[in-house]
Amino acid sequence: MTTTSPPVTTRQGVLELAQVSRWYGNVVAVNDVTMTIGPGVTGLLGPNGAGKSTLLHMMAGFLAPSNGTATLDGRQIWHNHDIYRQIGLVPEKEAVYGFLTGRQFVLSAARLHGLPSPADAARRALDLVEMTEASGRRIETYSKGMRQRVKVAAALVHDPQVLLLDEPFNGMDPRQRLHLMDLVRRMGEEGRTILFSSHILEEVERVAHHIEVLVAGRHAASGDYREIRRRMADRPHRFRVRSSDDRRLAAALIADLSSSAVSLTEQGIEVQVTDFARFTALLPRTARDLDVHLWQVSPTDEDLESVFSYLISGSAR
Amino acid sequence: MNTVVADITYRAMLGRKRIWLLVLLPVALVAIAALLRLLNGESEQTAVTLMKTFAIGTMLPLLGLIGGTGVIAPEIEDGTIIHLLSKPISRPVIAVTKFVVAASLIAVFAAVSTFAAAYLLTGTESGVATGFTLGALFGGVAYAAVFLLLGVLTRHAVAIGVIYALVWEGVVGGYVPGARKFSIQQWAQSLADQISSSAFFSTEVTLGFAVPAMVIVTVGAVLWTGQRLRSLSLTGDD
Repeated sequence: MTTTSPPVTTRQGVLELAQVSRWYGNVVAVNDVTMTIGPGVTGLLGPNGAGKSTLLHMMAGFLAPSNGTATLDGRQIWHNHDIYRQIGLVPEKEAVYGFLTGRQFVLSAARLHGLPSPADAARRALDLVEMTEASGRRIETYSKGMRQRVKVAAALVHDPQVLLLDEPFNGMDPRQRLHLMDLVRRMGEEGRTILFSSHILEEVERVAHHIEVLVAGRHAASGDYREIRRRMADRPHRFRVRSSDDRRLAAALIADLSSSAVSLTEQGIEVQVTDFARFTALLPRTARDLDVHLWQVSPTDEDLESVFSYLISGSAR
Repeated sequence: MNTVVADITYRAMLGRKRIWLLVLLPVALVAIAALLRLLNGESEQTAVTLMKTFAIGTMLPLLGLIGGTGVIAPEIEDGTIIHLLSKPISRPVIAVTKFVVAASLIAVFAAVSTFAAAYLLTGTESGVATGFTLGALFGGVAYAAVFLLLGVLTRHAVAIGVIYALVWEGVVGGYVPGARKFSIQQWAQSLADQISSSAFFSTEVTLGFAVPAMVIVTVGAVLWTGQRLRSLSLTGDD
């Protein structure tokens, strides 16, 4: 008996990186990354300098991989200007032609794409980002958020299947940020492939249904944001506690299972916490019971770098 | 040629303050010619000297530098070029368009001012004005191509361009006869010499060498620019 598999429908807008590396001289910016980005919103998360821009530039055809291949629907991206019929790119650099008005800028994008009715396309795109009203003004008079939106409009003018955004929410005020997030989410729901980079987890989890984490040029984690979030919360935390009686408090803390190590230092007590929830309940209760005053409780490893490096060590296991 | 690319580039070059860079030297040339005319009256010898040293010798390479690098280097530097490159247009077409814009600007500003200055000093005597105008026109086109290429090859295009124009063409070309064969300035002069019958003016480089050299350099530089743009890499901040 033979089984016939259903016909494979060719999905549109699938970006694929296969064992992609990129180095500059002796410096490796991206190291052996393999990932597939399909329709929907994907967030590319990583600290500054992780190689996010390098990766995005390779997907946008502005950088050749030193090794490996970057393709869109099976077609090579590098040296292929036809690919831009399908790709819209919002670069991070703020620079746009300041001497053009918003409308002229978006209209020029429509014309460069050779669209049949560029004026209509430009109007639609400006409407979408709510920039119609200001579109008669020169771009050099725009705020950072407005520039960002007009760049998004130019990238969307040809209704691309794939949209790449490099740190799109940087420098926007909260209202503009919410508006752009909403727009990105909506376009993802329409079935477009959207990839945006960010170094802020909260930003990514508000918009993306899928997250790729890049740390020090390496693909550190991939998955649903809840999964990433859980792994971040589960990691061991380190706290520094200063109190009126460090020694007594330290003895009581190590007696509980929530901590794996407690050390007395000049600056107070250093606590290695293994059960975050339990520790946060235990500390104030113990202090009250012992009649010890807490002067300071602060995490010592809450910075993104240590969160990310934990993720890498986790994915290596 | 792409009209949208040309339109944006013309606006960038002629808009606001940048146009003064292109206007300044031609205005200076005409002003000097007017002054000499007032002080000395008509003089073919003065005209030839001014054309050789200032119009072709100084203004033309500097205009070439301003125009040739100006149409592309600032855009690469600040990243605005992404707007043009992230479109389904072949990169050689963008290169040719940038070249046409640069060449047309240099040709117009250099040729018009050269003719005006020479005419002020000698009228149509001995074909000096026509000769140098054609020299400036074609020399300007060649400079546009070379400096355009320089603008996509290096981020230090202006510095290297100034060194080339002043050191190679000015000093080396002035004292080392062999180097004159490989100088756009000398090619422009031999074109001028061909048309002008002035006795105050003679050049060493033959027209048979200058014209093919100019064509090869111009076409080669534009083609190379196109290839270079195809592989233009933009690096992010990280």
